[in-house]
Amino acid sequence: MSKNPSGWRPDMGAANGEGAQTGTFTGNRALMLEEPLIFEMEEGGGTGVDFAEAPSVESRLGGLERNRPIGIPGLSEPQMVRHYTRLSRQNYAIDLGLFPLGSCTMKHNPRLNEKVARMPGFADIHPLQPSDTVQGALALIEMLGGWLVTLTGMNSVAMSPKAGAHGELCGLLAIRAALEARGDAREVILVPESAHGTNPATAAFAGYRVESIPANERGRVDIDALKARLRPDVAGVMITNPNTCGLFEPDMLAISEAVHAAGGLVYCDGANFNAIVGRVRPGDLGIDAMHINLHKTFSTPHGGGGPGSGPVVFSDALTPFAPLPFVERKGDQFTLVEEETAGEHHGSSFGRMTAFHGQMGMFTRAMAYILSHGADGLRQVSGDAVLNANYLLRQLEDVLDAPFAASGPCMHEALFSDKGFGGGLTTLDLAKGLIDEGYHPMTMYFPLVVHGSMLVEPTETESKAALDQFIGALRSVAERAKAGDQSLKAAPVHAPRRRLDETLAARKPVLVYRDPEQAQAAE
Amino acid sequence: MRYLPLAEADRQAMLRAIGATSVEDLFVDVPESARLSGKVEGLADHATEMAVERQLGALARQNLVAGEVPFFLGCGAYKHHIPSSVDHLIQRGEFLTSYTPYQPEIAQGTLQALFEFQTQVARLYGCDVANASMYDGSTACWEAIVMARRITKRGKAVLSAGLHPHYVSVAQTMARFTGDRLDLALPELTPSAPGDDMERLLAGIDGETSAVVVQYPNILGHVADLSELAERAHEAGALLIAVVTEPVALGLIRSPGEMGADIVVGEGQAIGVGLNFGGPYVGLFACKEKFVRQMPGRLCGETADADGNRGFVLTLSTREQHIRREKATSNICTNSGLCALAFSIHMTLLGEKGLRQLAELNHAKAVAAADRLADVPGVELVSGAFFNEFTLRLSREARPVVRAMADRGVLGGVSLGRLYPGVEALANGLVVAVTETVTDEHVEALARVLEECLVEGAGA
Repeated sequence: MSKNPSGWRPDMGAANGEGAQTGTFTGNRALMLEEPLIFEMEEGGGTGVDFAEAPSVESRLGGLERNRPIGIPGLSEPQMVRHYTRLSRQNYAIDLGLFPLGSCTMKHNPRLNEKVARMPGFADIHPLQPSDTVQGALALIEMLGGWLVTLTGMNSVAMSPKAGAHGELCGLLAIRAALEARGDAREVILVPESAHGTNPATAAFAGYRVESIPANERGRVDIDALKARLRPDVAGVMITNPNTCGLFEPDMLAISEAVHAAGGLVYCDGANFNAIVGRVRPGDLGIDAMHINLHKTFSTPHGGGGPGSGPVVFSDALTPFAPLPFVERKGDQFTLVEEETAGEHHGSSFGRMTAFHGQMGMFTRAMAYILSHGADGLRQVSGDAVLNANYLLRQLEDVLDAPFAASGPCMHEALFSDKGFGGGLTTLDLAKGLIDEGYHPMTMYFPLVVHGSMLVEPTETESKAALDQFIGALRSVAERAKAGDQSLKAAPVHAPRRRLDETLAARKPVLVYRDPEQAQAAE
Repeated sequence: MRYLPLAEADRQAMLRAIGATSVEDLFVDVPESARLSGKVEGLADHATEMAVERQLGALARQNLVAGEVPFFLGCGAYKHHIPSSVDHLIQRGEFLTSYTPYQPEIAQGTLQALFEFQTQVARLYGCDVANASMYDGSTACWEAIVMARRITKRGKAVLSAGLHPHYVSVAQTMARFTGDRLDLALPELTPSAPGDDMERLLAGIDGETSAVVVQYPNILGHVADLSELAERAHEAGALLIAVVTEPVALGLIRSPGEMGADIVVGEGQAIGVGLNFGGPYVGLFACKEKFVRQMPGRLCGETADADGNRGFVLTLSTREQHIRREKATSNICTNSGLCALAFSIHMTLLGEKGLRQLAELNHAKAVAAADRLADVPGVELVSGAFFNEFTLRLSREARPVVRAMADRGVLGGVSLGRLYPGVEALANGLVVAVTETVTDEHVEALARVLEECLVEGAGA
């Protein structure tokens, strides 16, 4: 394989046959433009930024001046803008259409939120400015924290965790600190087998041993198996509720009671809080800690993989162990409680999890989203999300196997399996078929408790007409899968790329660009 | 409500199709005692776009904006000029509102940008490979320590006194629970090489050491050659982890990778991201190729599609939590994708030529400012070799001076009292960062206000 079979380079032309598949000189297809890597592009002036001349001084770099080139190409502004604009057009996005990625919650990202986050008073302030000069920022953090505490019915909130998994870590460290404080170090965390992979990984990262709890035939935690395992070595359980099958755990209160009775604590993965926000307060379910993905429930943009934000709400029992720093209000004054001031009142805090105070840029966006909806609107948000998912479930259960549909309504997402697919076709083939229909596929092969699982989360962002069109498309592809239509194996055929070889990528990892000579030398 | 497209008639039709009488019917699995019959009490109802903008705008206006005053803060977050095109491009919906590229055929935009980002970071750091980003520099630093433990199967990390105290704090928090041992020290205001504890680090390396962790430039702005440290660490079977909080410096000074660092991590905020009161930022993570399967976080790799065309996918995911669960190299899932994109766009606009010019401008302005401030009565420059950040020793405690300067409209630096509360020996230290955004007038304003506050006995 040549190193660059499709990316256009200035030395290319039709003569070398690169355009053979498209029949065009360039390899482009009208608005679908092939784009080389920046490392393969003409250098021109080598930069797109003008600088004032530096004052002449004698350098004081201790003899450490760079003496080798870095190898980073620079583009003029018009070249650069085209490069990234062309790349952007190879992405699917919520702005383009329904994005039914289960458990990921791809809802509309209001542009007001972007505007607020870019107000200089939020975007252009330094984390170490004296607190008198950032009172408005601290007030916003305190206001958002107040909403999160009230909406969850919990006692306090830690705002600094950077994303969901970091929030999980925050919750588990608080649990460890609390148990150690009472002289009761325990070493096991129980995690249901349907849990997101971050749960067991986080427990291990926090120094715990992980044991799995099975699901019952209704897609819920097997409470008898859980109770049987609640011995004195169990520090706590991590339960996702609503769970990753898109179902509410009806025994949640009994689970919390049993765990507490056995001396453990309850961590709730709040990834699916969007299904119940404004209707159910996790604090009423006996939970001790829960993270909230602001990038899911409160619509801060996913940005192609982050940044996220994962504040953690705590019960009374865990509040004293919450991490530093946090914002405290005294009358009209807001102060940042850091290491030096924590001594007197917050001596049990387990410490700092990140350099500064958390994801301010996500706080501003989430706050704008929350204020826009208000208490009444948030209740409508969860209602519409759950209504949309149930509508989808009932419109599709005759054509796709829905293993838990008989047990009652789902929450914000509907789960299907690959049962009944013909001709050796799989969930992956169906997903790639959906791409050709103009949709991003659902979450595939997760949760692990269902064979070939497909987790579909429409969110409250979709209108009935949009849902009906998606249902039509999914029905059509599902019928092809059941009929064993082998053309699905070749899907997608209309995307910017055909099916990509992930095995090849992992077998011979190429993680950075190598100049052709360099690459040849390596082989 | 402007973000909710369902009309009441749609809701009724959908409920009929489901066979439910109301939305409340769909929540039957929730125990009755935990189901609220109405909205959550004590919270406001929905608001218009204009009202929300006004309410939050009022809070924004209560803050002193860096770009509106003479501004000299650094210590892990730097104010640089970000070209307008960067923010414009990251707001394209196809980048902003896309997800982690799990379906590569319709995510080549994000994936190619990540591949370019990884290459830029690896080359900037002087390493073979880089990942697709971490949360921030401080968490990347801890992940590097954990990675070194996995590679060396040893549990003692020696941390330089010049490592950002918040990064040290994060490591201490985690080490308390994981059992890792950390060898720590406080920095000293040693004339010409503040915060440099090379001798202590060299002496601290032994057969149990997993890694030596050193920041470059360090928390007090000092730069030192890491080559000897790398050699001595390698002789003892340990790794050298270098931490870079100001990536612009690497436009002018040698990369840690060139000097032998095995893992280089850091904060990428300075390029493309902005101050944002501390987040979101972007953690950079790079290492030698032989350690790639021990890396945390997502990796983008090159491959081919069914027609043989080049394309990109997320790869080596058997290291990650969604496959390996409790045996994963890290628990990280969401990273800092959009900030990584901003970093990469800004870097593409700069190029090597622009980055070098930017770095030269920073260094020249910092040298000039250091000399000017050293002339202020009661101020001593303790830094010898530095990039764009240096340390002053004031004739009195620096923290109240910083507050008093802020009252006069100058954000004059970070006091060491803020970073090392209660450490008497550091209380008079002031760290001053000077970037291309600083003008001669700003430096004069700082010199004047600093002198006033020192003479008058600031805040006292």
